[in-house]
Amino acid sequence: MPQVTFKVWRGNKDGGQFKDYQTDITEGMVVLDAVHQIQAESAPDMACRWNCKAGKCGSCSAEVNGMPKLMCMTRMEDLPTDKPVTIEPMQAFPLIRDLVCDVSWNYEVKKKIKKFKPRKPDAQDGTWRMQQDDVDRVQEFRKCIECFLCQNVCHVLRDHHKHEEFAGPRHYVYTAALEMHPLDTEDRLLDLKDDNGIGYCNITKCCTKVCPEHITITDNAIIPLKERVVDEYYDPIKKLFRMFKPKK
Amino acid sequence: MSQSPLSLPQARGLGQTQRKDKWWLQPLVVFLGLGAFVVYSTWAAFQGAHYEFGPYLSPMYSPLLFDAGTAFGTGSLGHHTWFGAWPAWIPAWVPASPALLILSIPAGFRTTCYYYRGAYYKAFWADPLNCAVGEPRNGYRGENFFPLLIQNIHRYMFYLAALYIVILAYDAVIATQFQADWAANGGKMLFGGEGGAGFGIGVGTLILTLNVILLGGYTFGCHCARHFTGGNSDHQSKLPLGKKPYECISCLNRNHMKWAWVSLIWVGFTDFYIRMVSMGIWIDWRLF
Repeated sequence: MPQVTFKVWRGNKDGGQFKDYQTDITEGMVVLDAVHQIQAESAPDMACRWNCKAGKCGSCSAEVNGMPKLMCMTRMEDLPTDKPVTIEPMQAFPLIRDLVCDVSWNYEVKKKIKKFKPRKPDAQDGTWRMQQDDVDRVQEFRKCIECFLCQNVCHVLRDHHKHEEFAGPRHYVYTAALEMHPLDTEDRLLDLKDDNGIGYCNITKCCTKVCPEHITITDNAIIPLKERVVDEYYDPIKKLFRMFKPKK
Repeated sequence: MSQSPLSLPQARGLGQTQRKDKWWLQPLVVFLGLGAFVVYSTWAAFQGAHYEFGPYLSPMYSPLLFDAGTAFGTGSLGHHTWFGAWPAWIPAWVPASPALLILSIPAGFRTTCYYYRGAYYKAFWADPLNCAVGEPRNGYRGENFFPLLIQNIHRYMFYLAALYIVILAYDAVIATQFQADWAANGGKMLFGGEGGAGFGIGVGTLILTLNVILLGGYTFGCHCARHFTGGNSDHQSKLPLGKKPYECISCLNRNHMKWAWVSLIWVGFTDFYIRMVSMGIWIDWRLF
């Protein structure tokens, strides 16, 4: 394969610019390989976060040709190489340097979500019994590797900077995994509506498109949670039924 | 714009992106497709004529609460009407078109549909234009506040839309019942091919039947239907109706976008077909 030009963002939170680098591409290379090659050949000070190189750690999230992707899972042969390939950091988080962002905001949001609260154990030995059918649905959500590409592509964070009011797709997936768990007894719906701003989601499905684990974020996590919020707070007939329903 | 305490990169302006693919194509197709349908259906709804032909009734006029009296181009009533002729108590300034009385339900169902919401926010409001593409405005309230908070009535729209499916299915059955006098109705009822009175199948019958199938696939694959049949429960093994309905609806729901588009196009075509045969421009062929 030929020599390819890469436009890589170089800079920090105070500013920066795209800088051109050229490197040889060989068969089977991924974008992260190219970045490492550029570091070795011409930019040893270029900052880039990576770890597993297998699409499982979620460290090498960036934007390749404008789309949020894991660099380790983006094959060079899938990119047009007749034009420069752009690589830039995620846009929804503060930049530390070059391709590295500070994603710690996500961990702070996650801490605020109510934790798993199981019902009383089913057996005297302190264990529970549940059907496989009941847990099948939440298994999908546990595939999340916290790469935060979904957070990055969501325009509510990326373009509107609603970090104070909106938890983002990653945390809706996390909430769905807890909220739909057959053993869980905690109620997170009020938090979802008020503190975590699920109403800000306008169903662009961009989060689903960029998820490297192919989690159906919008259809299986966000919309079902939105419907549960509607059940609880916006459906007058449901409210009426609840008024006459005997308390447990 | 920035309400975040974080020091974030400057948000990009309208259409600004590093994407190199044809990201503009999808919102453009949606804009043209939905726009064309809205223009056509609005025009058709205001016509108040050529909405029925023999046993066929346009889905845009069903249920036909009152007949505007143009069924045969002679001022007589068609046999689809539920409550007879267009009543005198409806103010004269209301256009005498039965579609205007009923179209708000299917229109409301589609407008509040989760798929369409995502699609028209992009195509008509550029919010966003497409994934990772800059937007034209700074402020954003989403569906958290009025007016878009109203989108939460989608489940009520679903209840009503489901009722319409039953009515349209009835219309499809009625579309197999031909009467003898239609063939000689002033030469205005042009049926091609063989077939007399009683049970029969015409091209229009097939079109109306396919219409209700496609609309059913779209309506019953709705996210609300999925919610009611199991999505609202944490115990899939204890669902009142068992797991099958939830699985079937989830299966339809996975292709909700395709059902939405195909059913939309087919509704438009069904109305157009009935309009054309009613105007005598096309001939409705009887298969038997």
